[in-house]
Amino acid sequence: MALKARHKRFVLIGIGLALIGLAAMLILNAFQSNMVFFYTPTQVAKGEVPHNIGFRIGGLVEVGSIKRGDDGLTVNFVITDTAKTVPVIYKGVLPDLFKEGKGVVAQGKVGTDGLFVASEVLAKHDENYMPPEAAAALKSAQEQSKTLVMPK
Amino acid sequence: MIPEIGHFSLILALLVSLILGSFPIIGAARGNAVWMGLAKPLASVQFILIAFAFLCLVYAFAFMDYSVLYVANNSNSKLPLQFRIAAVWGGHEGSLLLWSLILSIWTVAVSLFSKHLPDDMRARILGVMGLISVGFLLFMLMASNPFERLIPAALDGRDLNPLLQDPGMIFHPPMLYMGYVGFSVAFAFSIAALLGGQLDAAWARWSRPWTILAWIFLTVGIMAGSNWAYYELGWGGWWFWDAVENASFMPWLVGTALIHSLAVTEKRGSFKAWTVLLAICAFSLSLLGTFLVRSGVLTSVHAFATDPRRGIFILAFLVIVIGGSLLLFAWRASTVGRGGKFDVVSRESFLLANNVLLAVAAMSVLLGTLYPLFLDALNLGKISVGPPYFDAVFAPLMAPAIFLMGVGPIARWKDASLPGMAMRLRWAFGISLATAVILPLMLGNFTPMIGLGLFLAFWVFASSAELVYQRLAKSDLPLMGRIKANSRSWWGMVIAHLGIAVFVLGLTIVKGFESEIAVKMLPGDVAHLAGYDFTFDGVVDHKGPNYEASHGQIHVTKNGVLRTILEPEKRLYTVTNMPMTEAGISPHLIHDLYASLGEPLEGGAWSVRIYHKPMVEWVWFGCLMMAFGGFLALTDKRYRLKRRAPSKAANSSKAAKI
Repeated sequence: MALKARHKRFVLIGIGLALIGLAAMLILNAFQSNMVFFYTPTQVAKGEVPHNIGFRIGGLVEVGSIKRGDDGLTVNFVITDTAKTVPVIYKGVLPDLFKEGKGVVAQGKVGTDGLFVASEVLAKHDENYMPPEAAAALKSAQEQSKTLVMPK
Repeated sequence: MIPEIGHFSLILALLVSLILGSFPIIGAARGNAVWMGLAKPLASVQFILIAFAFLCLVYAFAFMDYSVLYVANNSNSKLPLQFRIAAVWGGHEGSLLLWSLILSIWTVAVSLFSKHLPDDMRARILGVMGLISVGFLLFMLMASNPFERLIPAALDGRDLNPLLQDPGMIFHPPMLYMGYVGFSVAFAFSIAALLGGQLDAAWARWSRPWTILAWIFLTVGIMAGSNWAYYELGWGGWWFWDAVENASFMPWLVGTALIHSLAVTEKRGSFKAWTVLLAICAFSLSLLGTFLVRSGVLTSVHAFATDPRRGIFILAFLVIVIGGSLLLFAWRASTVGRGGKFDVVSRESFLLANNVLLAVAAMSVLLGTLYPLFLDALNLGKISVGPPYFDAVFAPLMAPAIFLMGVGPIARWKDASLPGMAMRLRWAFGISLATAVILPLMLGNFTPMIGLGLFLAFWVFASSAELVYQRLAKSDLPLMGRIKANSRSWWGMVIAHLGIAVFVLGLTIVKGFESEIAVKMLPGDVAHLAGYDFTFDGVVDHKGPNYEASHGQIHVTKNGVLRTILEPEKRLYTVTNMPMTEAGISPHLIHDLYASLGEPLEGGAWSVRIYHKPMVEWVWFGCLMMAFGGFLALTDKRYRLKRRAPSKAANSSKAAKI
C-alpha cells in the first residue's frame, strides 16, 4: 500500500463518517420499527387503528366491567373514554393501582373480533394520578360529544 | 419563624452568588487581583447560607411544621423520622434546594483544593459555578419556594409518596445529584479555559480528578436507583429505559467519554476542543435531566411539579446555559489550540472511536427520550418508544466499544502496531470466543445475543489479564513491589474495565436465563420454577407505622431441602390510600429468588409472581467495581503531589510512562 499519509487519513475519515452514517441509519430504523402509537377507544371503534400492529389504548376502566377467569390471572375488562368502549383481555398480575373507574393504559393488539389482547397494562403510581394518555383520551371524547359530563 | 429565616438565608445566598458570578470573572479579565480574590471567601459564605437554609427545611420536616406548604405536601406525622428527613428531597422544591446545596458544596470544595491553580483560572471557575447557582436560587425563590407558608396550617401532612418510603430514597437522590452537579465543575473548568484561552496538559490534570469524582457519584447513584427499582416495584426488572432513567444515563455516557478524552488531553495534548465540548454536553445533559424529571414534562413518580411557569423558567435557563456555552465554544474553541499528531493505529484513535461510540449512544438515548415529547408538544400524536428500541440500538453500539476496551489499553500512544497487538491478544481472543460458544451450550441455551454478551465479557477479562500479566512479568521486584510499580490510576482503569465485564456477564446471564411465572396460589399450593418448589404458606395481617400490610410467606425447597423463605408484602398506605408491593427477595451470588404478591383473590388465594434471576447481583456489583476503579484513579499519587508542589514543568517525562 503506497498511500501517502495524507491520503490514508482522508480514507480513514471517510470510513469513519460512513460508519457514523451507518450507525445513524441503524438507530433511525430501530426507532421507526419500535414506535408504539396511541389511540383512544373512539378511534378504535371507528376502525382507525392498524391491524396486526401493536398500539396503546387509554381511558378509564369501566365500573363493573372487571371479570376474572377461573385461573385467577386472566382478566376481562372494558376501557372507556366515556363515548366508546373497547373490551380488553389480559393474562397476568395487574399493577397495584388498577381499579374500576380509574385511569389505565394498555398495550397490545386488537383482533378481528374487536377484542383488545393486552400484553401490558400500565396504571401509574399515584391514587389521584391519571396516565397522560388516558386523560387525553377522555378529553378528546368530551370535545367530540359536548353533552357528556367528564367524570371526576 | 424558622422557615422565614431559611427563606431569608436563601435570598442572601442569591445576593452572594450574584457577586460570585460577576466580580471574579470580570476581575480575571482585567487582571484585578482583589476582585479575583473575592471568589474563595464568597464560595464559603454561599455554602454556609444554603446549608443553613437546608437545615431550616430539615428542621421543619423533623418537627412536623405543617404550616409550611411543602412539608404538608410531602410528610405526615406517622412517617418515621428517617423518612421525614429524606422527604426533604421527596418533592420538587426540596430537590432543588438539595441541588443548590450540593452545587455550593462542590464550589467550596473547588475553592479549597485549588491552591495550585493560577489565580485567574480559579476565579473564572468559581465565578461560572456562581452563575449556575444564581440560576437555581432565582428559580427557587421565584417559582419553587420550599418555605412557602400554608395558611391556615394543615392538621397533618399528605404523606410522602409510598414508593419513596424506602432506604433507597435516603441515598439514591443525593448520590445522583452529587454526580449531576459534579459535572458542573468540569463544565466550569471548560468555560474558564475558553474564557482564558488556555488549555494545556496541566488544565486537563487539574480537571480530571473532579470529573472522575462526579462520575463515581453518578455511577453509584444510577446503580442505587436501579437496585431500588428492582426490589421496590415488584416486577423483577432493574432497568426500564424509563425517561427518568435515561435522563441519568445520558450524562453518564457522555461523562464516561469525557474521562477518556481528558486522559488523552492530559497525556498527549490532543482532543482539546472535543474535551471541552464533552464537558459542556455532560453538564447540559445533567441540566436537561433535572428539567425532564422536575418540570412535570414526564408525568411519572419522579415528576413532582405540574406548574408550567417552572417549565418555562427551566427551559429559558437551559437555553441560556447550553446555548451560551456552545456559542462561547464556537467563538473561542480555536484559541485552545490543536493537539499532537497521532497515527491511525494508536491509542488515541482507539480512544477516539470509544468516544464517538459513547456519544452516538448518548444521542440515541436522547432521540428515544425527547422525540415522543416533541411530537406530543406539537400535537402530532402520542407515541412511546419502549425498551425494544433501546435494546436494538445499544447492542450494536456497545459491542465495538467494549471490544475496544481490550485493545486500547495495550496499544501504544501515537502509533501502535496492529500485527503486534494481534499477537499479544490472540490467546485472549481464542479463550473468549471458545467460552462464548461452549458455556451457553453447557447451560443449554445458545442465542446470538448470549454468545455476544459472553464473548465481550470474557474478552475484557482475558485481555485485561494479558495486560496485567505483561505489566507484572517484566520486573524482578517481589509481587507487591510490581503491583505498586504501576500507578493507581492504571489499576483503577483495569478494575473499572473489569467492572464492565462483570456487568456485561451479569446482564447476559440474567437476560438469557431468567424465568418467571404468575400463578394463583391458595395457602399450601406449590409452584415450580427453575428446579425449585415454592410453597405458599398464606398471609398474615400486620400494621406498620403508616400502613397496613398483608405479610406473605413462601418457603422454597429444592429436592425437599429448605433453601430459603421469601416474605413478600402487600401494603396499603393509609394516608394516601395507595397500595404498594414489597418484593420478597433472597439475593445470592449465583441467582436471586424473587416473589411478589399481586392481589387477593377469592377464598384466601393470592396472585403471586415468582422470578428466578441468575447472576442479577453481578450487574450492580459491576457498577460498584467501576466506581471503585474511579476511586483508585482519584487517589493517584500525581494528583496529591501536584497539590503540594505546583511545579508545572516536571510532569512531561512522568506522563509518558503511563
